[in-house]
Amino acid sequence: MNLAHKTLSELSKLFQSGKISSRDIVEAFITEIEAKEKEINAFVTTTFDTAREMADEADARYKNNELLSPLDGMPLVLKDVICTTECKTTACSNILKNFQSPYDATVWRKLKEAGAVLLGKTNTDEFTMGASTQTSIFGVTKNPHDLERVAGGSSGGSAAAVAANFCAGALGTETNGSIRHPSHFCGVTGLKVSYGRVSRWGTMPMASSLDVTGPIAKTAEDCALLLQAIAGKDLKDSTTTEDDVPPYTTNLERPIRGMRIGIPRAFFENGIDADVAQVMESAEEQLRDLGAEIIDIDLPHAKYAVAAYYIIAPGEISSNQARYDGIRFGECASKENLEKIYTETRSEGFGEEVKRRILIGTFVLSAGYSDQYYRQAQRVRTLIRQDFDTAWKNVDAILSPVSPTPAFKIGENLDDPVKMYLEDMFLAPSCLAGQCGISLPGGTSDNGLPIGVQIIGPAMEEARILQIAHQMQQQGNKLTVYS
Amino acid sequence: MTSKFSPDDVKHLAQLAKLKLSAEEANTFAPQLENIVRFFEQLQEVNTKNVTETSQTTGLENVWREDKIDSCSYEKELLACSPHKKTEEQICIPKIL
Repeated sequence: MNLAHKTLSELSKLFQSGKISSRDIVEAFITEIEAKEKEINAFVTTTFDTAREMADEADARYKNNELLSPLDGMPLVLKDVICTTECKTTACSNILKNFQSPYDATVWRKLKEAGAVLLGKTNTDEFTMGASTQTSIFGVTKNPHDLERVAGGSSGGSAAAVAANFCAGALGTETNGSIRHPSHFCGVTGLKVSYGRVSRWGTMPMASSLDVTGPIAKTAEDCALLLQAIAGKDLKDSTTTEDDVPPYTTNLERPIRGMRIGIPRAFFENGIDADVAQVMESAEEQLRDLGAEIIDIDLPHAKYAVAAYYIIAPGEISSNQARYDGIRFGECASKENLEKIYTETRSEGFGEEVKRRILIGTFVLSAGYSDQYYRQAQRVRTLIRQDFDTAWKNVDAILSPVSPTPAFKIGENLDDPVKMYLEDMFLAPSCLAGQCGISLPGGTSDNGLPIGVQIIGPAMEEARILQIAHQMQQQGNKLTVYS
Repeated sequence: MTSKFSPDDVKHLAQLAKLKLSAEEANTFAPQLENIVRFFEQLQEVNTKNVTETSQTTGLENVWREDKIDSCSYEKELLACSPHKKTEEQICIPKIL
């Protein structure tokens, strides 16, 4: 029995029933990491000593009958934009390459309070800006299913770590697809929570009206366990809502018979690979088998979402990235005068994609152009939200592809930013509208690459989409994970 | 359509954003930004008359919490994050005026 191949839920049950120790689990993952990390590059930092100490503490709690939660003793990894006091948090950027956070992000504080163990911090596109983990200063993360291909992004390190059996579960962040996209490329399950469901405090921002933190794991059941620990109101993040946190795991077993699932065919039918179309068809069939009713829907403004996103997000980015001024934290490239501290620190510290987005943001917010671009994009964002509101009158959830293709080759799309941005065309609408969505493995391409499908739900209805995904996975579409 | 981005325009934008670009970077970015902004043009075909703007999705307004002073146990670590000299628990930076 290789423990590293088990799901988080299985490991939790084995540990809580005394069959294995947390230390056993940690050692199993460390063995996998030591064998394969060199070729995959999922990690920025590993924290094996910390993990062993935390595991021993969990084992002591088991002996004393003091277990904290189902996550107690479970080794997790965090995307390297989530602040941790245990080790550096770099955002995979030169400007923060030595940054040691003085505090823990709320999500990590909550996971620690639940007994979780930290195995390390995972690779991401610089400041999460990208769809392939290629803009990280630590180099690209390779897809565990095909080392010549990318793991997707920006949470590519977290998704690859789950796929490569490096951890029991992971946290990623998503602003526009960054959890669901790499989950699709790597054949794992990733939950983009509704905006405001999970605290952003202590997680480095990209675009503050869109950023969320959520779980990536082998199954929807594992994602439910992780979400249970991190969801809820946080006084330190005023955008978290007061909505109750329902019991996500107990809801999973309810059948989905009679549920109405919408499919926005016009939105994707001409823009996806044949392999992706085939996986969509089988997912639709599977939902029918489970007793769901399939209803065609229209999201007439969804096709504008990527353009609107790439105006709104860079606007927020250009403002958010202003905090990296070489004064309070991070690197400083000059001591001469204030202007040089700002300019040289930022010019040396930020990579190409970050600079490009700051420039776009500066442009779309500038006096002569803000109405034409930024404000128009905000109005289109309203129309996209209204499309969802209309859809929810007739359906309970939406089935859609995650991305037009399976994982692409390393180096592809790098010189053509617009092409890279279109990777997120099926992900942008739900992000702009603050809805939740889950990407789960749906099948494979002819050449064996994973292909995911996504279930989108209304804001704060994570329980519903986790239930649908779980029911699909129970029926057997759980993709065999890399081993 | 006329070009919005010469390398000089890009350098000007960069200056506003406190970035300094090499000639090579400005030359790379100019056509890319041109292409990206051309991609944005599709939004002009959407009729948004009388449509309000969305800047956030939760609808939350005026979120209050109790005005209670919380202790901060990591002042030293916060100061240590700054790459500059410190004196009397303050960060020293070059003269501004």
